[in-house]
Amino acid sequence: MPDRTNPFLILQSIGKTFASGVTALERVNLTVNEGDFMSLLGPSGCGKSTALRIIAGLSSPTSGVVDWRGPTLQQNDIGFVFQEPTLLPWASVYDNVWLPLRLRGVSRKDAEPQIAEVLERVHLTGFETAVPRELSGGMKMRVSIARGLVTRPRMLLMDEPFAALDEITRFKLNNDLLELWQERRFTVLFVTHSVFESVFLSNRITVMAAHPGRVFEELTINAPYPRDAAFRTSAHYAELCRNTSDTLSRAMGMEAADVVH
Amino acid sequence: MSSIETAPPVIDAEEARRERSRKLERTGRWLLPLIIMAAAICFWDRVCVWNEIPQYILPRPGVVLNTLIEDAGLLFASLLVTLRITMLSLALAVVGGVGLSVLFTQSRWIEMSLFPFAIVLQVTPIVAIFPLINIYVDDQTTKLLLCAWIVAFFPILSNTTLGLNSVDRNLIDYFKLNGASRWQTLWHLRLPAAMPYFLGGLKIAGGLALIGAVVAEFVAGTAGQSSGLASRIIEAGYRLNAPRLFAALILISLTGIVIFLALSWISHLVLHRWHESALKQEQ
Repeated sequence: MPDRTNPFLILQSIGKTFASGVTALERVNLTVNEGDFMSLLGPSGCGKSTALRIIAGLSSPTSGVVDWRGPTLQQNDIGFVFQEPTLLPWASVYDNVWLPLRLRGVSRKDAEPQIAEVLERVHLTGFETAVPRELSGGMKMRVSIARGLVTRPRMLLMDEPFAALDEITRFKLNNDLLELWQERRFTVLFVTHSVFESVFLSNRITVMAAHPGRVFEELTINAPYPRDAAFRTSAHYAELCRNTSDTLSRAMGMEAADVVH
Repeated sequence: MSSIETAPPVIDAEEARRERSRKLERTGRWLLPLIIMAAAICFWDRVCVWNEIPQYILPRPGVVLNTLIEDAGLLFASLLVTLRITMLSLALAVVGGVGLSVLFTQSRWIEMSLFPFAIVLQVTPIVAIFPLINIYVDDQTTKLLLCAWIVAFFPILSNTTLGLNSVDRNLIDYFKLNGASRWQTLWHLRLPAAMPYFLGGLKIAGGLALIGAVVAEFVAGTAGQSSGLASRIIEAGYRLNAPRLFAALILISLTGIVIFLALSWISHLVLHRWHESALKQEQ
């Protein structure tokens, strides 16, 4: 396991106000350590996705600093997985996974070992020539994850990647993702609004509150990895879920109280 | 008799009915237009006979077919002339339409400044513009090409521009995240995404290019300089040679159909694996 005490990314007092006057984020402080699996958990409108976009560099903060620690961050170092699979509909599975490498000038042939390996890891060997519409929702998501991992990023940003999937597929992908994470030791920042999902996956959860989006509380999930089906049905898991759920309720209750004032 | 004993037929009555109507529809799609067409031709023939209409006013279908065969040399040579203008102008419309739309997507400002001009060109009837072209351009072929191009390029421009701008926002973000250059985003993302829109525009433009070529010949070809199908029609009109007029007309319309079918086929070839429009509806 990587040393999860080394800060990898520090958000210092990040604020984001849109031109419309809506404040999406207010004074968000967050430290992600190297090798963390951190979830951003909160109700819709709490700025989870905005925070992720700012970290990815797709959007700039109105105030505050995004501070990357450790060796200088390269373009390769961040992988991004969207809520939708966001694949090229005209390209095969192989070409979709090749895309990030292709944009970096790696030829189709040179990319082959990496693509084959990552496709094998997400159980899609044999589907190289299929186009996205021939795949199920879960398989499309696997392609999207494979595409996110093929550059071997040091950090994977995931924006509610499994929200649109059925529960059986989601459980399966949760397991696969954890396996990949343990094997490859990248850092994950995972946006979700599912308490159960965040507890199952993360070693840390940042609960956010809405209007304006801010950090409400940070939780540590003290349960050893690997986590499997047995963990999902354990009393310990249920207990952790209850605690997290309580925190989330308080985060949302406070928001309700704010509205009243 | 219990229902279990009669189980062997795998599909139920409703499914069988649906399957039957599907089969019927498949044959009907081809058969019905053919039958109607044949009936119309029969009716045309009968009208000529019943009313004793002279051949120089309305020739019988058989006479038209005869003329088509007898004058084949002359008519097909003319068809080639018209086809050449049509194809060249369509090719130029593709280059111009796609080129301009790519330019438009590079900057909103360019689009805002230039798009109105394209619309002006489109909404002004070509017959009204032609006398001007006639004054400014000497070369006959250039005149006809310009004319057909003006008619054909707009659907390509407008559709392709729409397509280039209809790219999934997340995919654009994804390209940005991966440090893609403007050129890479255009080549790997925008152009393929615009393909269905472009092909839709191309289908319309194919027919319009033919119309443009014929109209241009009509307006220009009075002096007999051009020898396209339109000139043959005018000539046949002057000579009251109705059978040849009809034969030329039929050739033009067949050409239009062939162009449309060919472009539809190309569209199917390009899109059938991934685009919704090209997929068979599943039950």
